[in-house]
Formats: sequence, structure tokens, C-alpha cells
Amino acid sequence: QLLVYVAMPGCDGFPNLDSKESYKLIVSKGSMLLSAEAIWGVLRGLETFSQLVGRDENGTYYINETEIVDFPRFPHRGLLLDTSRHYLPLRAILETLDVMAYNKFNVFHWHIVDDPSFPYESSTFPELSKKGAFNAMTHVYTASDVRAVIEYARLHGIRVIPEFDTPGHTLSWGPGAPGLLTPCYVVQEPSGTYGPINPILNSTYEFVTSLFQEVSSVFPDFFLHLGGDEVDFTCWRSNPKIRAFMKEMDFGDDYKKLESLYIQRLLEIVSSLGKGYIVWQEVFDNDVEVRPDTIIHVWKENLLTPYKEEMANVTRAGYHALLSAPWYLNRISYGQDWMEAYRVEPLDFRGSPEQKALVIGGEACMWGEYVDVTNLTPRLWPRAGAVAERLWSNSTVRNMDDAYARLSEFRCTLLGRGVQAEPLYVGYCENE
Amino acid sequence: WGRRPLAARAEPELSELQVVIEAPDPGCDSFPHLGSSEAYHLTVTEPVAVLKAYEVWGALRGLETFSQLVHEDDYGSFLVNESEINDFPRFAHRGILLDTSRHYLPLKSILTNLDAMAFNKFNVFHWHIVDDQSFPYQSIYFPELSDKGAYSCNLIYTPADVRLVIEYARLRGIRVIPEFDTPGHTQSWGKGQKDLLTPCYNGGQPTGSFGPVNPILNTTYDFMTKFFKEISSVFPDAYIHLGGDEVDFTCWKSNPEVKEFMKKQGFGSDYAKLESYYIQNILDIVSSYNKGQIIWQEVFDHKAQLKPDTVVQVWMANSYAHELSSVTGAGFPAVLAAPWYLDYISYGQDWKKYYRVEPLDFPGSEEQKKLLIGGEACLWGEFVDATNLTPRLWPRASAVGERLWSSRDVTDLQDAYRRLRNHRCRMLRRGIAAEPVFVGYCAHEGR
Repeated sequence: QLLVYVAMPGCDGFPNLDSKESYKLIVSKGSMLLSAEAIWGVLRGLETFSQLVGRDENGTYYINETEIVDFPRFPHRGLLLDTSRHYLPLRAILETLDVMAYNKFNVFHWHIVDDPSFPYESSTFPELSKKGAFNAMTHVYTASDVRAVIEYARLHGIRVIPEFDTPGHTLSWGPGAPGLLTPCYVVQEPSGTYGPINPILNSTYEFVTSLFQEVSSVFPDFFLHLGGDEVDFTCWRSNPKIRAFMKEMDFGDDYKKLESLYIQRLLEIVSSLGKGYIVWQEVFDNDVEVRPDTIIHVWKENLLTPYKEEMANVTRAGYHALLSAPWYLNRISYGQDWMEAYRVEPLDFRGSPEQKALVIGGEACMWGEYVDVTNLTPRLWPRAGAVAERLWSNSTVRNMDDAYARLSEFRCTLLGRGVQAEPLYVGYCENE
Repeated sequence: WGRRPLAARAEPELSELQVVIEAPDPGCDSFPHLGSSEAYHLTVTEPVAVLKAYEVWGALRGLETFSQLVHEDDYGSFLVNESEINDFPRFAHRGILLDTSRHYLPLKSILTNLDAMAFNKFNVFHWHIVDDQSFPYQSIYFPELSDKGAYSCNLIYTPADVRLVIEYARLRGIRVIPEFDTPGHTQSWGKGQKDLLTPCYNGGQPTGSFGPVNPILNTTYDFMTKFFKEISSVFPDAYIHLGGDEVDFTCWKSNPEVKEFMKKQGFGSDYAKLESYYIQNILDIVSSYNKGQIIWQEVFDHKAQLKPDTVVQVWMANSYAHELSSVTGAGFPAVLAAPWYLDYISYGQDWKKYYRVEPLDFPGSEEQKKLLIGGEACLWGEFVDATNLTPRLWPRASAVGERLWSSRDVTDLQDAYRRLRNHRCRMLRRGIAAEPVFVGYCAHEGR
């Protein structure tokens, strides 16, 4: 019998950034005790316990005497799924949540809508999914689906942070919200195509307020991810009314100022709804005024903007940072790329200890351009496990041979649990 | 949904597809081979469509095409356009290589893959069945090979399993060409066959580790004679793949007896000659069983003496066009794999790069080019098993399938993209978990 003692469970609440996930596990002859401050630590401890139990050739279950005191290094350990580039059926999301829990991930970053499709069924604006989903009957998440995801996640100690990315990445919003997106112009005429959300209309901000009012009530987490990445200015530039606005505001030719104007208003709206926000790094890079408790999500990695520099800049400015740049798991390549993900040291950048304390964790991202239910699980696991360990374990845990041995065994464990995790390298599982 | 308008219900109906096989021996009871006829003529017109082929293999291809012509309308009715199609493959050898040694593949995976191959008109299953890491082939004459060499006792292919694969393939017009790769890639053979592999030496002492098959012992050739007798009878195809790639000479060089043999044979220090000596013996053995041989390019490159119809498989990516020239220039048939190593995954729509390959883009005469008999998409198993095989192979391999079947001028990428997307959705409907080509959705995928 495993005795579980929890000081202040909080079973009816939702996990949050400050939840206590520490636990103590003592296995000795005659007694097994798992103790934790909160239920979230119990969940982590139970997962560890389940991984300690082995089975011998006779089929007998056994466990070594052990004493474990464990707690996560970073409080935000997330996984991003993209349900816009490809719809993911509910079962795929729920299965992913299961495996996240096996890996002690505690944040599901739901990048739910984007340019290609709008699968989120909004009660305030039903036309959004009616006109914007790939198929309004079969490729949507109903209110009940969303509730199911949130509750399933909660029971696994996982926060659900939805991302409604604006003002770019919004093409699918257009059909269901006429007048929301900027009409692009070719010479003097509308071209028929659309660009980012139109930042100069009052109707835009009325819409945004209503939508985020709904989103704030549907999703219980304190944080919302507001996106703000990759805003293409070409369409804004082409639109005469926007050009006129730019002149009026004295913005010159600096469209970053227009983007900032939009973002600032959006942040105010979301703030007044009682939510905190996470934004992609461009919002910070473009000097938008953000609240001190804003979380900046660092995702870019190239010669111009190496992510370590960005981490230094973001934290030097006093903001909290989330790291994803080296963990874009959708960027597949030949060989054991889990090693590269594992070797990342999130705090390896130039900064003071106070700065480094502002790094609250990171997220493995599985963008959906080439991913749907046919290949999601093998592409995610066990590779994401490397990120999970990097975010939970001590920075000193980095021996590659040891990690390989444990990760390949864990992969077999996943197989045994019915998860189609792909192989790390040649070999086989006993339970195959 | 409303009722269909009255006029529409008077539409022409297709009530029958007649299949006519013209050859006196249609081939239904035989195995497909390199020279099989896969051409067909399909006429779709009401009320009876006719599919004519010389041999049953052409009928299979035509039936696949017919199945792709049928589409569903919004009311759930099945429709097919009036068409007349005269079709035949550009290349006769259109293969998929699967590797069941780096990872065991359960029978189901292999059979599902044969289905997918048939949907893509592939006609050769190149079964790279054993290698260094494991020996899952259960041999009748040498049961110890898999007893000791398989990953575990249940991760094997019994004779019944093998027969099932061969018959399942045959019914789909697919040849099964087994590859028993020697003298390199044979670590797992040594577990169950003592003294087969060369003991490596260091400072005059055996190290305990082993290298390639030992080419100097008579016992080696006694073993191979018996082993390939079994293989020749188990696998009905006219060809056996004998491997011959990546032979590491280090262990041979370290072994005093091998060094002695080199001296006696007058090979000097050219171990490629020893490799050729070995391979030639194996080729002779297999020849004596009336089987044709396929070998990897190194065997040709190292100047072994090959029988006239030996097929050389070109796999090294570096200058493969040059290699094709050399191989065909020397008068040997060639199979191209080099640009189609599908295990080399990368981010993005890499199917395009496979599609863009033009196999005959190498310097050579008309006669030479005729010797390029086809190609193979290879899915080596280092990072592949049943959990990710299907999405990794399909629909990427479909690009190779079309390149090998269709005419040289079928190259429009935009058109291919549109058709490939449709085809991917079709494979999904048929239970093949092919991965997406790009952003989007399939009409029939579910919640």
C-alpha cells in the first residue's frame, strides 16, 4: 500500500504558476509513503512512483527501497499544440495530456486558431468557426470539448493556456467577422485579399473586447497568450485609410508604432478582464509598453537574433521569460535530435542571478504545418521528454549516456502504456 | 439534404466493370517478375466499363486506377467520368526497401505497407531482412541463427510468416526480393553460427570481437551453400539481393590467418580483392541455384567479376549520376536508390525533391539508359519501427512511385501537389496513416 499524505490538497482548484509540485517519496520495507504540500505534488510523486515499479521474469512487481525528495527546477514546463494548421481530434489532445503528465509537463499551450482555420466555437461569435473552420461540423471544438480538455488537464495537474494570436495570424477570423481584417490594396483598388487585424477601427476594439471577455471566462487560467508575432506590414502599408492614420498619428513610416498601438490597447483590454498575459518576443522587441508581470515568450533563433541574447535582453529589462527557441520539435531532422534539445541550458546567457530568476521555464513547440493525428504522437514522444527533463531536473543532470539509457527505457514504458512513441535508436522493447 | 432533381436521376449509370485478360496464361497462379506485363487499357463508358490487360498484373494496376477514378458527390453517390486510359509503367522495377533488422517490424506493418505499395503501383518489396543488429529470419537449416541472433524469441519471422508475406505481395502484383547482406553487416549472424565471422586481433591476440564474414575458410562457403539453397527455395523471385556494401577491412587486416591468405593469393594489401574473392564465390553459389543477383554498388566499384545480368543498386548519394553511367556503361542493369533514402527526414515538403529526380539524367547512350530498370525508395530502420513507419513512408514514397511509373514529362509540381494531397486523403480513407503534405484537412477524417 502506498500511503499518500497531502498537507493542503486543493483538489477542487486549478493549478497555477505558483502551485507547489514538490513531493517526498519514501519506500522502505514495510511502508511506502508519498507526501506533498499540495495535490499537484502528489500527482508528480505518483508518476515517479509508477516509474519506479518494475516487473521481474516471473511477473512479480517489485520496487527498490528508496528515498526521494523532488521538486521542479522551473514552474512553467509547457507543450504547444497547433490546432489550426491541422485540426486535432479531441482524443489526440487528451492522449497528449496523458503523456505530458507522464513527463511532468504542467502547461498545455493551446495555439487554437491561426491563419488556416478557426476551430474554436465561440458562443459570442458563432460565425467565426462557422465560416472559419476547415469544416464547421467536423473540425471544431465545441464549448463542451473545450471544457473536457480543461478538466482533463486539471486532473493531471496541467494548466491550459489558450493562445488567440493577433493582430497577425488571423486570416481565418475574416470570413466570420467581416470588417475585422485590413483590406489590402493594389494601386488604388482593394485587391480582395486581407491582412492583419485592422488597428484603426473602433469596431476592432469592440470585437476584441467581446471575444476576450468570452475567452477569459471560458479559460480559468490567470494567463492568456496573446500572440503578437510575425505581423506583416505590407497590407497595412497598402491601405490608404491606414496610411492616412499613420500621418495623423505622426508615426512616419514606422509601422511598428501602429502594431504597438494595437497591442497596447489589447493588453489593456485583457488586463481589465483580470487576466495576465504572455506574448511572443516581437511585442518586447518592438518596444510595446507592457505590464511588469508580462511574460515574454522567446522563440526566434537565427544569426540576427540568437535566443541567448534575447533572453538576456528580456530579463535585463525586468520581464519574465519563457524559452522555446531551441525546442521547436516540429523541425525534424535525421538522427537523435533529442540530444540537442536535452543539451540546452536555459540559463546559459549573460545576466545577473536576479535576471536568471526571471526565467520561469520553457515550452516544447509542435507547430502543425506538417503534423496531424497520423504522426503527432511519434513526432512528439519521446523527443519532448528531453525538454521535460531539462525543465524539471537540476541543471547538473546532463550525462548523455545516462539520459539515453533512461529515455530509451522510458520510451518502452510509454509503449507499454499504449503510446506510439517512436524509437530513439536501434533496438527493441521487451514489451514489444 | 434535398432530393436530387428529377433530371439528374436520369443520369447514365455504370453497372459493370468487365476485366479482360488477354494472355493465354493470365499469370494468376504465378509470381510477378521483372518482365511481367503491367500495361492496361481502361475504357469507362456506360453501361459497361472495360479493363483490358495482357496479364493479370496489368489488370491489378488498372483496377487501382479505376478505384481512384471513382469519386463521391455531396449526396453520397459514387461517380466516375467517361474516360479512356492507355497506361503502362515507365520503369519495370519500382521498389520499397524495408529494414527489419535495426527494428523488428510486426507482420501487420509489413502487410499494411504492401497494401499502401499497391495503392501506389509499387511492384517490388526489397526485404532487407537481417543485418548487424538482429537476425529475425527463422532459418530451417540453421535455426540457431534466429535463436541466438533475433532481438528476442518472439521477434522473428517464421516460415509461415514469410510465406504469408510472399503470397500477400503476390496477390498485389508485388515481388518479394530478400536481401541477405554479406560479408559486412553480419554481426547478428555470428551469434548463432560459430566461426562464420572473422575474429579480430590486437597485438597478436583475439580481442573477442568479430568483423565481416570470414572469407578464407571452407566452412564459410559450406555454410553459404546450404544457407542460400534454403533461401532460393523459400523465396520464389528470380532474384536474390546479396548486399556487399560497406565492408570494413580493419578486422580482416588485423587477423594473421587472413593476412597469410592475402599473401598466398597474391592480393598484396588490396583487401578489395579479398572482398571480391568472397563475393564472387557467393555469386557463383547463388547462380548455381538459378537465381539472379542484385548487389550494392561497392561490389561493382571494387571490380568483382559479375555475371552479365547482375543488377547493381546505386545508393551512394555522391555523384550517383556518374555511377549510373559507369554501371550501365559496363553493361549491367542498374536500380537507383541514392536520391530516395526516405529515412533521411528533414523539415518541410521534401516529397518535391524526390519527385524532381530524373533517373535518366546521366551521361550515356540510349542503350545504356535502357539498362536503368528502375529504382527504390529506402526506409532504413535505425529510427523507424511500427510506431512511425507508415507516416514516415507515406505519402513521401508516393512521389517516388509516380516518378518511376509515369512518363518523363509528368513533372508539374503544382499539379502533383494537388493530386498528392488527394491521394493522401484517399490513403487515409483506406486505413493508411499517411502524414499530411501541408496545411489543411481531409473531408473524411473525423472528430
